[in-house]
Amino acid sequence: MTASAAARVRNGMAMDALLSVENLVTVLDTDRGTARAVDGVSFRIGRGETLGLVGESGCGKTMTALSIMRLLPERIGRVESGSIVFEGRDLLRLPEKEMRAVRGNKISIVFQEPLTSLNPVFTCGEQVREAIALHKKLSRAASKERAIEMLRLVRIPEPEKRYHAYPHQMSGGMRQRVMIAMALSCEPPLVIADEPTSALDVSVQGQIIELLRELRERLRMAVLLITHDLAVVAEMADRVVVMYAGAVFEEAPVGDLFARPSHPYTEGLIGSLARPDRRGGRLAAIPGNVPDPMRLPPGCRFSDRCARRFERCTLSEPPLFAVSAEHRARCWLRETGEGGDRGAAGNV
Amino acid sequence: MPRETCDPSTPALEASGVKKYYRGAAASLFRSGPVIKAVDGVDLVLPRGATVGLVGESGCGKSTLARVLIRLEEPTEGSIALGGEDFLALRGEALRRSRRRIQMIFQDPYSSLNPRLTVGSTIGEGIRIHRLARGAAVGERVAALLERVGLSAAASSKYPHEFSGGQRQRIGVARALAVEPEVIIADEPVSALDVSIRAQIVNLLGDLQSDFALTYLFIAHDLGIVEHVSDTVAVMYCGKIVELSPAEEIFREPLHPYTAGLIASAPAADPSGRGGRAAIPGDVPSPANVPPGCAFHPRCPRVMDVCRAVPPELVRRGAHRQVRCWLYPAGD
Ligand SMILES: Nc1ncnc2c1ncn2[C@@H]1O[C@H](COP(=O)(O)OP(=O)(O)O)[C@@H](O)[C@H]1O
Ligand SMILES: Nc1ncnc2c1ncn2[C@@H]1O[C@H](COP(=O)(O)OP(=O)(O)O)[C@@H](O)[C@H]1O
Ligand code: SF4
Ligand code: SF4
Ligand SMILES: [Mg+2]
Ligand SMILES: [Mg+2]
Repeated sequence: MTASAAARVRNGMAMDALLSVENLVTVLDTDRGTARAVDGVSFRIGRGETLGLVGESGCGKTMTALSIMRLLPERIGRVESGSIVFEGRDLLRLPEKEMRAVRGNKISIVFQEPLTSLNPVFTCGEQVREAIALHKKLSRAASKERAIEMLRLVRIPEPEKRYHAYPHQMSGGMRQRVMIAMALSCEPPLVIADEPTSALDVSVQGQIIELLRELRERLRMAVLLITHDLAVVAEMADRVVVMYAGAVFEEAPVGDLFARPSHPYTEGLIGSLARPDRRGGRLAAIPGNVPDPMRLPPGCRFSDRCARRFERCTLSEPPLFAVSAEHRARCWLRETGEGGDRGAAGNV
Repeated sequence: MPRETCDPSTPALEASGVKKYYRGAAASLFRSGPVIKAVDGVDLVLPRGATVGLVGESGCGKSTLARVLIRLEEPTEGSIALGGEDFLALRGEALRRSRRRIQMIFQDPYSSLNPRLTVGSTIGEGIRIHRLARGAAVGERVAALLERVGLSAAASSKYPHEFSGGQRQRIGVARALAVEPEVIIADEPVSALDVSIRAQIVNLLGDLQSDFALTYLFIAHDLGIVEHVSDTVAVMYCGKIVELSPAEEIFREPLHPYTAGLIASAPAADPSGRGGRAAIPGDVPSPANVPPGCAFHPRCPRVMDVCRAVPPELVRRGAHRQVRCWLYPAGD
């Protein structure tokens, strides 16, 4: 592919981008020093698009999400550089008051553990009603009615009755439905779902994925789907960004990513999934662990775990290389051949 | 080495008619609480050197069964044979000696390790209790175990919080292995871990099984991983086994509608096969209030009249399979 074709694709993506994160650097001040939890991350999400953000625990996915929401842990986390443009405005430059009008209303977030995100002393229905009342000028009765409607939308049985249930009186799956009802109550154009199914049983995972898929169509929302589980991404993402140790490692349409993974890390993630046709054999586990962001290996940050490492890898960090028009990978193996157009690969 | 278990055809563990009932919280001063039938008549055989997988949604009784099998709790009813020997009859010193032979690995590597003990003390504890080594030899054994599970011997002097989730689970494996067990019950050993780390632990357990001729009961709510590691899969629902089949058959042709639902609801890891998945509707019923007839009937897409009234029995289906469902009448 030529550099201009790649540029067209990028421009095209930029034009209808709902959210555009550019070179985001988020640091955490810990007692051991400053860690770059997010280290120059760029991606875009189009209107109505579902972008999967995958990587093992500790890769910086949640910090990326919290940077977008401007909900980083107080006194510890801060965005050091970059921009987060949403509907044409850089969220990082908004006064806190305007940001409050964005949260919940324009962008909302669903976390992994609904029990810790819901307030135990209020009924589930009240909490959904509160979320609505925060942004919509409705009478108490009208907001309650809307809350019940939301509970029905997320398929909570007997929503009028369940409105009065407390979080601990519900199963994990039902609580996650309440969280989704809260997040969607203002029909935001973008929902961030941070490991929405990871704490749930497989059977309930299936229900929640099904629900998210249906609501996404119905409300025409874009979704940033964060998970460590590629199988969840396979179920509902349009495009995927693979993240490792704070950096984007691979970006591709979902079909492409599974058919032609172009980064050894992505190959490792796919290989580690148990599949019926590989029964009994060894799973292709990725050895070792995600590095501490303060102790990255030299060169490629995956080099200490990579089975395909060669000399170059520990000498310098690879940029994102274009594999095809919409497919990029940060690995020196992609340097040669057609995809080796480093100019087109662009940034970093 | 255990003398009483030489015959290789004797199962490593055999449970028959195991029940564990609890009394729920009292409704009032004068009305006692409901009976919670957490495990309600389970027969299970673990052939020597095999892996039996146990799956089912949360709350269906898997952990309770595990606790009863290792005699952390006494069953309400039933019998358990460990290497052909009546495990429940053992008392005192004989029980203490036999406990070594069956060990458990827990789901949560965070809460199952004592945060105030070094890794070395945690692993060495069993070695000392069962007098498998003494003095400096304990430390040597701990070091060897740590290396066997893929950690460095230096881990011995560290504390659990200094390790990642996957590493803590390796410590849990080393602790179980330390007393040279024959049977290991792994209760959701990988459910709390990242997919990539799950594969590491599953591979480790597989290696250890061949090296030490271990017998596993591998518990999970994820059929994908269970199917991968198991020879036989038992599916549990509301305290009962509803299907028991060889692993290669259960995926190809699940018999019980619940098994089929579990398979269908697992994410497919293949973007071309997405959509149209029949997730199992609803939730697991409370064990204090199990539906009459077939316990699965309120969620079953194939429910018939008989299902609502009469509980089906576990019946044989061919040489190697068993199923508890009216779609498969006995003698069919
Ligand atoms: N509150 C915190 N204080 C210090 N470090 C943190 C905190 N939260 C996360 N981190 C660190 O930031 C990095 C990225 O974490 P996170 O974004 O939560 O990863 P992910 O969501 O991909 O699992 C990790 O190294 C993690 O240890
Ligand atoms: N000590 C106990 N007292 C009362 N009920 C219990 C006790 N232990 C477990 N249960 C109940 O028994 C059922 C089965 O639980 P459990 O064995 O933990 O299921 P699983 O491991 O399959 O998730 C649950 O409904 C649980 O609440
Ligand atoms: S750059 Fe080298 S070490 Fe990094 S992923 Fe590619 S081959 Fe592996
Ligand atoms: S017995 Fe009836 S309700 Fe139960 S699983 Fe079989 S078909 Fe479904
Ligand atoms: Mg996270
Ligand atoms: Mg359990």
